Amino acid sequence: MRAPVVIIGTGQAGFQAAASLRAEGYDDPVVMIGEEPHHPYQRPPLSKAFMTGKQDAQNIFLRPSAFYQDHRIDLLAGEKAVEIDRANRRVRLASGSNVAYQTLVLATGARVRTLPIRGAELDGVCYLRTVDDAIDIKTRLEDARNVVVIGGGFIGLELASSARSLGKSVTVVELQPRLMARMVAPLLSEFYRKVHSGQAVEIVLGAAPVEIRGQDGRAREVRLSDGTLRPADVVAVGIGVLPNFELARDAGLAVSNGIAVDAYLRTGDENIYAIGDCAEHPNVFAAGRVRLESVQNAVDQGRSVAAAIEGRPHRYESVPWFWTDQFDVRLQMVGLSMGHDRIVTRGDPQSRKFSVFYFRKGRLIAIDSINRPADHMIGRKLLASGVALTPDQASDESLDLKRLPPASPSM
Amino acid sequence: MSIFGRKEKATATVIYVSPAGDAREIAVPVGDSVMEGAIKHGVNGIVAECGGACMCATCHVYVDETFLNRLDPMEATEDEMLTCTVSPRRPNSRLSCQIRVTQELAGLIVRLPETQV
Repeated sequence: MRAPVVIIGTGQAGFQAAASLRAEGYDDPVVMIGEEPHHPYQRPPLSKAFMTGKQDAQNIFLRPSAFYQDHRIDLLAGEKAVEIDRANRRVRLASGSNVAYQTLVLATGARVRTLPIRGAELDGVCYLRTVDDAIDIKTRLEDARNVVVIGGGFIGLELASSARSLGKSVTVVELQPRLMARMVAPLLSEFYRKVHSGQAVEIVLGAAPVEIRGQDGRAREVRLSDGTLRPADVVAVGIGVLPNFELARDAGLAVSNGIAVDAYLRTGDENIYAIGDCAEHPNVFAAGRVRLESVQNAVDQGRSVAAAIEGRPHRYESVPWFWTDQFDVRLQMVGLSMGHDRIVTRGDPQSRKFSVFYFRKGRLIAIDSINRPADHMIGRKLLASGVALTPDQASDESLDLKRLPPASPSM
Repeated sequence: MSIFGRKEKATATVIYVSPAGDAREIAVPVGDSVMEGAIKHGVNGIVAECGGACMCATCHVYVDETFLNRLDPMEATEDEMLTCTVSPRRPNSRLSCQIRVTQELAGLIVRLPETQV
């Protein structure tokens, strides 16, 4: 019997790689190694439906535990990989044993960036990445009155929305002068500021936390750079993540803002791939190389790597998409808007149903849709097929986007 | 009991029919979605990439006509997401993540499309 495909990481990308290998009829052993004691689960609900109690913990698992036995996926949950021995093609575990591989897939994900200020170690300062983190925050929220969220990105704002929906008094502190600054156009940042303000979430922009003060080891208030003090029973920090590339780096593989891979998701070692949040890859929808933190990227790269291992490699060219739910507003994003030089809107922002189309040098590169899922779904097709859409067409609501002529063969 | 523990819940039978005509009867806990019932029992043909957030349209099903008017009407989001399913949308198309199983739906028959992605 050949050595197994070994997948390090039991998140969405690692799970998808294993599931797709079996779905494609791959017959050799498959081993998954994951630090968390749980079998693979979904992360998106943790800040949203799980946090508000709309989705039970038992409904977040990607598959029931029997799935792994039935599909002969050897799931080593609660095991940490500490070293890749490329010369002997094996992975050393913290428990001391070694796992030989034929092909290695790094789906090591990312970890939260921590707050480097005084008082950050106090009880009640929380980060959200894992289901255990989510359970901890959910439990703390039960007795909390005041919540300070550090970071006005997706995670921070989703947590703010959930905490506010649970009746908490919520303040969001964002260093940038606008919300979700890395992801969306200023017009959307302002739209979201109003959505949150309208729900009595206090948004503090252009300010940083300076110190967390506590009593008896527990966080009590946050002092901000604007000099104000904000009472806090829970300080929820969502200031981004760092890719877990140390295993790859220590094994001599190239890393930059993630584990460097080619268009086939392969590292410099032909037997080692990297996928999901940890993988810095060339992306045809970006101006260059990117690292994406999303379900879409995890799932599609999981599928791609399985196909490559099965001997049918194809270039990774999936259209990136993302979403965030905050209060009753759904933002669906398709494409990558970085580097846009023009935006147009379709629909009226006052109606809370509109889309923003992003262009670069006259070419459509991304669409952000507020409560307009049809625009989003059509956008996925437009971007995948490279249909030429002008800014005037995008803003013309009398034009049915589904009926645009197909892309010219020169694309 | 841990937070992951399964409480004993009432169930209702849902019948999933593959494109080839093979039927699987599954007792789905009341309150779970038709999608969750399929995922927990390994029914092939429901992908549910987004995990039930009504974001991906990969849990598309055709609901047996006799049950159609017993379902809660679909919300605008589901209606719009259905405009872009990979297999063709029909009048009885639904996203199974949006159908909550109730006692009244016992015996619900859903047919799976040829493909979801």
